[in-house]
Amino acid sequence: MAGPTRGFLGRSRERDPRLPPGQYDTGKDWPVLTAEPTPRISPETWSITVDGRVEQPTTWSWDEAHALPRSEYRGDIHCVTTWSKFGTWFAGISVDSLLDAARPTGDAHFVMATSKTGYTTNLPLEDVTGGKAWVVWEYEGGPLPVEHGGPVRLLVPHLYFWKSAKWITRLTLMNRDQPGFWEQNGYHDRGDPWLEQRYQGD
Amino acid sequence: MTEPAFGLGGRRAPAGGWRTATVREIDHPTPRTVRVRLEVPDRVDHLAGQHYVVRLTAEDGYRAQRSYSLASSPGDPLVELLVERLDDGEVSGYLADVVEPGDELQVRGPIGGWFVWEGDSPALLVGGGTGVVPFVSMLRTAAELGRADLLRLAVSTRTRAELPYLAELQAAGAVVLTTREPSGIRPPGRLTAADLVPLWEPGQDVFVCGSTPFAESATRVLTGLGVPAPAIRVERFGPSGSAA
Repeated sequence: MAGPTRGFLGRSRERDPRLPPGQYDTGKDWPVLTAEPTPRISPETWSITVDGRVEQPTTWSWDEAHALPRSEYRGDIHCVTTWSKFGTWFAGISVDSLLDAARPTGDAHFVMATSKTGYTTNLPLEDVTGGKAWVVWEYEGGPLPVEHGGPVRLLVPHLYFWKSAKWITRLTLMNRDQPGFWEQNGYHDRGDPWLEQRYQGD
Repeated sequence: MTEPAFGLGGRRAPAGGWRTATVREIDHPTPRTVRVRLEVPDRVDHLAGQHYVVRLTAEDGYRAQRSYSLASSPGDPLVELLVERLDDGEVSGYLADVVEPGDELQVRGPIGGWFVWEGDSPALLVGGGTGVVPFVSMLRTAAELGRADLLRLAVSTRTRAELPYLAELQAAGAVVLTTREPSGIRPPGRLTAADLVPLWEPGQDVFVCGSTPFAESATRVLTGLGVPAPAIRVERFGPSGSAA
C-alpha cells in the first residue's frame, strides 16, 4: 500500500461510526445515479414477479403487493460513489414475503433483480432473505420519488446502493451467479460497503 | 424493442488496478476547474467515456476517493482529468489548490463499461457544464481514428467563460448553448428540442452527461423528439437538485 499523499489533510477525523470506510455523509441531499432515462411507470401497469428456481413462480399486481404485510426499514444507505445517507425511512414489503410464497428450490443460491428499464443486478440469495431486503414504495412517509426508483424499488441497505434496483419488476432465482449491469461493467458481485467491495477483485 | 437496453453477456470493458501516477501538468482552464495530466505506469488503455478513481491518503491513514471522467484519448501518453472544484470539496479542493507537478497520486482505472463510445458508431453527445469531459475524450478518440464525422455534440453552459474546453469543442463543431448570456445563435435558455433537431439522426447512440437536473431535462427533450429510451445512456453527477 502506498504512503500518504503529500499535503493531503482531509476532513475532520471525528468519523461517525455509521460511516463505512471511504464514505462521506451526504447530509440532507440524496444524489441521483442512474444510467438510463428515468421511466414513468404507473402503479396500474407495475407488477413484481418472482421466478426462476422457485416452486411457484408468482406475479403480484400493485394492489396484491400492497395486501402483503407492511415492512419498514429505518437506517443508513451507502452508494459506491462514496456518499452515505443516515437515518432514512422506507416502507413497503419484505422480500421474505415474496419468497415465502414463491418458495425457492434447494438449488437456488443467487438472485437477479430486473428493472422495468432492463437494468439488472445480481445478489446472493442470503443477502435478500432474513429481513435484510425490501420492495419499497414509500420514502419518509410519502410516495417514493420517481428519480429514486418510484413507484417501487428494491432496497438492500446493507450492500452498496446499486444493488437496490430502481423500478424493480422481477426477481429471478438462480443456482449460479451471473453478473448484472454494473457487475458486467467492473463492479463487485456482492458490494459490501464495510469490506469496500466496490470493484471486481476488491 | 427486440432486446433489453441492458442485456446480459456484453463484452467487458477494460479495467485497471491501482497505480501510483505522477502529476506532469496542472492548470486551471476556468476558475472552477483544474486539469490534471498524469503519467500512469503500466497503464491499461481506456475507452472514451471511462473514468478513473483518485485516492488521497493523509498521514494518519485517513483516505478519501472520488471518480473522475477522463478527457484524454487512449493515444495520449498522459491521462487527463478535468475536475470541478466543489464547495467544501475534500478531493477536488486538494487537486485544485495543493497538487503540483511531480506529486504522486494513487489512481485506479479505467473503470466503467456503459458510458463508453467505442469509436465505430454514430453518436449524439449532449453535455451540461463539466459534463463535457467524457465527450472531449470521445472527440479526441474520433480524431485519432479519423472518424470525427461520427459525432454530433450539443453543450449547455451557464456562460462561455465557465465552460472548460470551449475552443476545442467549438473547433470540433459543437453547438454551444448558453443559459445565462446571449450566445449569438439564440436567446439564453435551457436546451430545447429545437436545439437538438438538427443534430439527431436515427441510429445514433445518445450520451447525456451533466448535473441531475440537466440530465433529467435533456433526456426528456430527447425522448420527446422520439429518441428511443434504450438508445440513451446517461451519466449524472452532483447533488439531486430536488428536495427529495
